[in-house]
Amino acid sequence: MSEAILNVSNLTMDFGGIRALDSVDIEIHRGEIVALIGPNGAGKTTFFNCLTGIYTPSAGEIQLRHPETGKKSRLNGMKPNKITEKGMARTFQNIRLFANMSVLENVMIGRHCRSHALIFGAIFRNPATRKEEREIVDISYQILKKVGLHKQVNEQAKNLSYGAQRRLEIARALATDPFLLLLDEPAAGMNPQETEALINLIRLICSEGHSILLIEHDMKLVMSLSDRIFVMDYGKKIAQGTPEEVRSNPAVIKAYLGEDVDA
Amino acid sequence: MDYFIELLFGGLTRGSIYALIALGYTMVYGIIGLINFAHGEIYMIGAFTSFIVATVLSIYGFPLLAIVVIAALAAAVWSSAYGVTIEKIAYRPLRHAPRLSPLISAIGMSIFLQNYVLLAQTSDFLPFPALIPEFAFMEPVAHIVGSSDLVILITTTLVMFALTLLIKFTRIGKAMRATAQDRTMAMLVGINVDRVISATFVIGSALAALGGMLIASHIGQINFYIGFLAGIKAFTAAVLGGIGSIPGAVLGSLVLGLTESFATGYVSSDYEDVFAFSLLVLILIFKPSGLLGKAETKKV
Amino acid sequence: MFPVKELKRSLFVSIWFAFLTFPIMVIKVDPIERIVSWRWDNMIFVAIGSFVLSILAKVYFVRKERRAGSKKAQTVLTEPYVHRILREPRFLYPLSLAVLTFAILFPHLFSAYQTNIMTTALMYVVLGLGLNIVVGVAGLLDLGYVAFYAVGAYSYALLNMHFGLSFWLAMPIGGLLAAFVGVLLGFPVLRLRGDYLAIVTLGFGEIIRLVLENWNDFSQGPSGIANISRPGFFGIDMSFSASINYIYYLVVGLVVVTIFVVNRLQSSRLGRAWLALREDEIACQAMGIDKTKTKLIAFSLGAFWAGLVGVIFAAKTTFVNPASFTFLESAIILSIVVLGGMGSIVGVILGALTLILLPEYLRALSEYRMLAFGAILVIMMIFRPEGLISNVRRSYRFKKQTSSESE
Repeated sequence: MSEAILNVSNLTMDFGGIRALDSVDIEIHRGEIVALIGPNGAGKTTFFNCLTGIYTPSAGEIQLRHPETGKKSRLNGMKPNKITEKGMARTFQNIRLFANMSVLENVMIGRHCRSHALIFGAIFRNPATRKEEREIVDISYQILKKVGLHKQVNEQAKNLSYGAQRRLEIARALATDPFLLLLDEPAAGMNPQETEALINLIRLICSEGHSILLIEHDMKLVMSLSDRIFVMDYGKKIAQGTPEEVRSNPAVIKAYLGEDVDA
Repeated sequence: MDYFIELLFGGLTRGSIYALIALGYTMVYGIIGLINFAHGEIYMIGAFTSFIVATVLSIYGFPLLAIVVIAALAAAVWSSAYGVTIEKIAYRPLRHAPRLSPLISAIGMSIFLQNYVLLAQTSDFLPFPALIPEFAFMEPVAHIVGSSDLVILITTTLVMFALTLLIKFTRIGKAMRATAQDRTMAMLVGINVDRVISATFVIGSALAALGGMLIASHIGQINFYIGFLAGIKAFTAAVLGGIGSIPGAVLGSLVLGLTESFATGYVSSDYEDVFAFSLLVLILIFKPSGLLGKAETKKV
Repeated sequence: MFPVKELKRSLFVSIWFAFLTFPIMVIKVDPIERIVSWRWDNMIFVAIGSFVLSILAKVYFVRKERRAGSKKAQTVLTEPYVHRILREPRFLYPLSLAVLTFAILFPHLFSAYQTNIMTTALMYVVLGLGLNIVVGVAGLLDLGYVAFYAVGAYSYALLNMHFGLSFWLAMPIGGLLAAFVGVLLGFPVLRLRGDYLAIVTLGFGEIIRLVLENWNDFSQGPSGIANISRPGFFGIDMSFSASINYIYYLVVGLVVVTIFVVNRLQSSRLGRAWLALREDEIACQAMGIDKTKTKLIAFSLGAFWAGLVGVIFAAKTTFVNPASFTFLESAIILSIVVLGGMGSIVGVILGALTLILLPEYLRALSEYRMLAFGAILVIMMIFRPEGLISNVRRSYRFKKQTSSESE
């Protein structure tokens, strides 16, 4: 098996006296779709926040390895924007779009870390800057086409439907050219048709060479997409394995009281 | 040694005046999360009201004790009225606006009130009548500690004590603490939040007015512009102690008063105000949660 | 239209204000002569004034509610007239040509005195546009903007006094020094929350002023620095009136350049990042935007402009002292931005011209100048936070064939 692109070991996060994450280990390999599940309050979003630099973990190691260049970087304490530059991007559970900017502009913001023009370019609009702007718009439009939002390209983000906003979050994250995409409850609030479309979208993204780590409560989505599943409860990893293994794991059934897992 | 004690008492006096003003900042911040920039102007208006009332009464020949009591009451009443009115006009409509809007509104209010007093009264410095007599029993130590220092220290201590009791034990005190913790929840359990906010402004303004009267009588002159500097310094003290925390405001004020007093006494008096401003900048940069405050955690 | 209940309420408001303003408005004491004057007429003015204002405010809110009720269905923002006109090139070009022609002819049409006033107003236009980058576009409330203005003015004054440095060399130096100070200050403070940032910048502005006031060896203290050279023109000596016109044209030129630059900045990669930062900082960082760096650029760009105007200010008045750089000066510039409309270039220009020219020409009003500035800040926040001319942003619109178009 190839070397992991994300290697988390012994990750611990304390808030005051509360231990929100307790020695969590996780590995993700290239091309995988991995799900992180667990009851509410299990520490899943905290885990994401530690990975993406919004929190600085109290202990443990987070290591990212670029699949092409093989370059390794330790993410602990790194700023969120640096982590995104390294190639790991995320979406948010409670949608955090730039509500008063257009759909296109939202995705263009995602291109920010892959472009360079600053004051000089802005004022003089030299050929290099113009070319760069053109590329930003083109790439953003292509991504919007992929997620099926190209018809609403000039709408304001806040006027989109809920499901469309979730897809726009994915588009925005994709614009940063990540090799690993973290999705925080991408299907929350979606109807069955929208979820079905989302599953296809995630498969498409994965087939294009992005690896995916997702938090989700919709078990249908998790079971049909994931190569592997990690289960968390009370800040600890309580199980891991293929969907079949996790489904029959007694600890998981206990954590969920059986109901969701049978679905 | 005498000089040291003189500076010590000078610092404590300054500090307790700052505390009277800082409490208003910290209480309002605790409840509506707003830096009430116009609070320094409330203090100035309190000083001005007591100046006007005291001067009128002394012209009409009232006895000193009556002058002090009536002037203090008038200052407290009118300052509170201004406080409540400002809240209603300039802050309440902006309660759900972006965070910077009420701050800009508060700055506007502050400039407006300064110029209102300037136009309605005067831009000159006015001599403030001596409301605190020189006590005979203070004679032997008068070169170190003045009578007005003593009165200010005793008054503020009593006021702090009363405030603590009010917040700990009365209905409105409990409602204030509840609102400070969670405004929506307080509303859900039937607390009239608007009234609690008004009460906070009343208390904060009355304290500032008292501070204004005491310091004006201590220094002996007033002017429409005194609120700006006093306001900023009291705000510095509130942040130093941890904004939102009542004991913090008192502690921060004493620390600020003492450091100012010793720094001007032993180092240089030219940079007195630079010192306070630098302290403000440094605290906000390095420890914005202050000495006794809690750090905010961001939610994602 | 007015039920009795409303009249009663307004009556109560009027009585309340009569009571509220009683000590300050009615009584005036002279503590030395020991005379009390009772100015009861003021109380009547206050009562009538507050009655009328309370009714007007009520009418405004009732109307607003009615409007909100009727247009629930349509959420489209109506663009202000000015923008609709300016969007059309067939209006924009002739209009700007006309304004520019007027600006160029101004010194020939009016007296030197008028030209001088106009120069001051245009300097505030540039200051407003500079602060607009910081407050209006990037959303950072800077209450110590005047400090950078002071840095510019004093760098020319001092360099001129000690080394005889010419105006034209001092311009870039003053601007860059101000920007540098902006970076020095911005680096530690820009990670602070919005309201703390405002207070820190205010404190910093006051520190600069107090240092200038007290550090006599460096800045000659409160008496200031006099006899600063006026700007030269290839070594030609100019008459007094010629130099007034010269500075005037210089400022007009600076205004044009500033408008051009601010406009370009707003619709660039950087401008997008500023807007996004204002909307959601955490999402921005997660999208790879370096928060500190992006804010720092806005902050120091604004400072750079203040520095430039500072140099011009020193050259125009040939005298600088710390009294020109108080907090109130920062508040005036902020009022310009807030009145005009945060982020809107046209708005800021109109705001500056109104706030600076109006008190100059209506002498009766000049006494009430600062009172009005205070009131403007409050009123604008409550009734029209978007400013007189709201900035309906030109967003990127995607067009099929030439995908780089942004209109």
